Amino acid sequence: MKIALFATCIVDAMYPTTARATVAILERLGHDVVFPAGQACCGQMHLNSGYFPEAVPVVRNHVEAFEAAEYDVAVAPSGSCVASVKHQHAMLARSIGDRDLETRATAVGERTYELSSLLTDVLGVDDAAAQLGSWYPYRITYHPSCHGMRLLRLGDRQANLLRTVEGLELEPLPEADQCCGFGGTFSLKNTEVSSAMLADKNANITATGAQLCTGGDASCLMHICGGLSREGSRISTLHFAEILASTREHPAPPPGSLRRPGRRATGIAGKAGQ
Amino acid sequence: MSARTDILERLRSALHDAPEAPKIPRNYRHTSDLTGEELIELLSDRLLDYKAGVSVVDEASVPARVAELLAGASYVVPAGLDERWTAQAPGRVVDSPEEPLSVEELDGVEAVVTGSAAAVAETGTIILDGSPGQGRRTCSLIPDHHVCLVKAEDIAGVLPEAVRRLDVTHPLTWISGPSATSDIELQRVEGVHGPRKLDVIIIRG
Amino acid sequence: MSSTYLGMPGVPVFGEGNLHASEPFPQAARRELGNAQLRANLGHATHTIRDKRLRVVAELPDWEDLREAGSATKTAVMARLPELLEQFEVNFTAHGGIIHWARDAAEANGIVRDLIRDAGADEVVKVKSMATQEIGLNEYLEEQGIAAFETDLAELIVQLDHDKPSHILVPAIHKNRSQIRDIFLREMADADPDLTDDPARLAEAARRHLRRKFLSAKVAVSGANFALADTGTLAVVESEGNGRMCLTLPETLITVMGVEKLLPSWTDLEVFMQLLPRSSTGERMNPYTSLWTGVTPGDGPQNVHLVLLDNGRSAALADEMGRSALHCIRCSACMNVCPVYERTGGHAYGSTYPGPIGAILSPLLTGITSEENASLPYASSLCGACYDACPVKINIPEILVHLRSEDVESRRGRRKVPGQMDVVMKATSWMMGSGRRMALVEKALPLGKLAAGPDRKIKKLPGIAAGWTRSRDLPAPPVQSFRDWWVREHEDTASKEEA
Repeated sequence: MKIALFATCIVDAMYPTTARATVAILERLGHDVVFPAGQACCGQMHLNSGYFPEAVPVVRNHVEAFEAAEYDVAVAPSGSCVASVKHQHAMLARSIGDRDLETRATAVGERTYELSSLLTDVLGVDDAAAQLGSWYPYRITYHPSCHGMRLLRLGDRQANLLRTVEGLELEPLPEADQCCGFGGTFSLKNTEVSSAMLADKNANITATGAQLCTGGDASCLMHICGGLSREGSRISTLHFAEILASTREHPAPPPGSLRRPGRRATGIAGKAGQ
Repeated sequence: MSARTDILERLRSALHDAPEAPKIPRNYRHTSDLTGEELIELLSDRLLDYKAGVSVVDEASVPARVAELLAGASYVVPAGLDERWTAQAPGRVVDSPEEPLSVEELDGVEAVVTGSAAAVAETGTIILDGSPGQGRRTCSLIPDHHVCLVKAEDIAGVLPEAVRRLDVTHPLTWISGPSATSDIELQRVEGVHGPRKLDVIIIRG
Repeated sequence: MSSTYLGMPGVPVFGEGNLHASEPFPQAARRELGNAQLRANLGHATHTIRDKRLRVVAELPDWEDLREAGSATKTAVMARLPELLEQFEVNFTAHGGIIHWARDAAEANGIVRDLIRDAGADEVVKVKSMATQEIGLNEYLEEQGIAAFETDLAELIVQLDHDKPSHILVPAIHKNRSQIRDIFLREMADADPDLTDDPARLAEAARRHLRRKFLSAKVAVSGANFALADTGTLAVVESEGNGRMCLTLPETLITVMGVEKLLPSWTDLEVFMQLLPRSSTGERMNPYTSLWTGVTPGDGPQNVHLVLLDNGRSAALADEMGRSALHCIRCSACMNVCPVYERTGGHAYGSTYPGPIGAILSPLLTGITSEENASLPYASSLCGACYDACPVKINIPEILVHLRSEDVESRRGRRKVPGQMDVVMKATSWMMGSGRRMALVEKALPLGKLAAGPDRKIKKLPGIAAGWTRSRDLPAPPVQSFRDWWVREHEDTASKEEA
């Protein structure tokens, strides 16, 4: 299958290893990955902040970039960005009365999947250790991000994949369904409330005794990690794609060594023999 | 322009886009397939959960059970309540449309015995509609102890079944347990302004 | 999403009264967050009610079907509102009820005052009602020399404490039992000096305090949960029996109700009376529901009035994207699950309507240009818990975003110099409107480490981003973007293949 990667702006610019891990997983399953060069961002930040006219060129760019590429399905390692592509793009187009863009945005949205949903529902992955060689022998906990949970109804897909990683111990997170307080510009405009939510989330993460917290959205993980780091906690965060991509031969860095930005990516070997 | 005209005009112009009224999908349960005994059991369970007292008796045992629950307390009955039910309990006063009791008189009796129009097993609800034997609304409200008779054949499984048996233009009172509040730390406490004690006697047909 | 409609015949007339925040939300929230007792009380209460709600909702196999029916019914009501109001009026009047129409809070207050005076009363007992909170009826009546006694336990607590409600269902949710005992001891002349903080004892004290008032009241004022158009029936849903007392004992009953509370027919109630109690108190059914159709001779009040209130509802109805906020049945499930409400409490929202529904309803009723209310749609992380909990499926996050855009556009029109956020949004829109421009900007990523310390963490950012680094670090950006890596990687592959 030819799969187009939508890296998302935050992963592209801040967490490139997450995108490389996504590529590695898909190639390991024998699929061809393409990266539509015109892509930039889903425009969610503009949309959710109420800047609709500013969101229009971003959304239009996304639609055009993914129309220009040839692929069977598109995938992004983010519940939030995929929810935006699937739900918000067509609505924005409708609100400005652009029927043509609405139709095209709907078509792109329909072919776009969040990573765990693509792996589970389309590619039939139900045993990460057996099918991907996933190995990550650490105690971790998992935060299900709001948009994946409520807008995409991902359910247990991410957690189920993690459970099948060899060596991994998944500690249940108390009040897992509670928002971490990120919310895009909410974290700036209502920073005190956002921080209070984050403090509770991080107290729950700490209480699990896990060495690391994983999840499916780099933005939430950046928020959680930012708070943990400020607290002086040793707990780190890592996107679940990087855990799935981690193997005995090419392991992802252990929890203690994360999150050193700019580190050389490991654990993301592609097709065998390449 | 009158406020009425003005408001209706505002509302009409607010609907400038002429939105369509959708068809209502009514895929929820309209009936239940519980047997008579199961309905009695479910209603009892729900009422007990609300901290109401529940007795399930056959017709012949009703008078004794009523007397036992009243335990000699003064009580009022609405006109039209089958006199046999309260035959064994002394201290009875009748409230009738012809001779209604004053609020003070109602406040002076300890209990009230009424019938009911319908009950809903799933929600533990008893519905009074003001018909003879159920009385006006204040009658079942002011006395602190309500003994309510429910005929087994009047128990519906789910709310829609009961709603379809009632005439809503009668004043309706739906009762699900004794008065209660959750206003303090959301902890439920039974017994506030309405009757603090509710005893339900379910009569097997 | 925005809906810029053209050629609207009428100019929306917004509501007034207790609908306005008195300070921007972030400022109010900051203060409330500092109140540790409040946070503990709220955390305890909202967690209790959440668990109860989940338990009773899970019992119903057709919960989603009920939500669908409820949502569609309310959509139909809004589409047919003028016609349903007229139908209701005919039926209510035919049974001896009298209808009054009030354009706004002041008009409604005046009508109620006149009705109370006509009844020869100078005091009234009240059943908890959001509509009368909204119009500030109690304060108005007090100015007019009429005493209004709140009879719902929580409203009584708030009134005795000269406080404001902080939750639409449990107005004293911000108080714990010992605080309530102290209020009773201080403000209730007839309170037992040995009163403990046992909730049962506190409820008993309220019963004793209000008993005489109920039995002697001439006039009661209530709200209504539902009005049935096809029969002219009103419904009040309650727990304590204070509602039944007010609705049946006095000679005169005055109900104040927003025009949006209609349901087309009596059978619709079978849906809403399954949705409401489970969503609000987490009970299978609330202890008491009263339904009355005008006047019943020999039973209950013989003078029955209804004040139908607009107060901004027609303006909210005119907003295609926002009008579904009027579907709200005031169950409070959204605030009980809201992480923002849980931490700030209801007072931070200023308006009578707090929490997620308040964050959309208040600005819809008052108009977004009301400066403080303009901050309300931002009081959400858009986590979506409210939408999931809403029994009538109001898409609160979507309306929040819509109102944010209304706010941005309205400020854009008024402001000569763009704000920091405007500049950031414009710049990122340009950058993210093209992969090429994004790639160019990403070339500067390595510069990010200049902002970071030796631990590669950014601990202090300027301007609007300072909010982030007040409590969170930011990692220094990587030396190479994914895009850049991809291009190089595939150049390599391409050249290898050529070789």
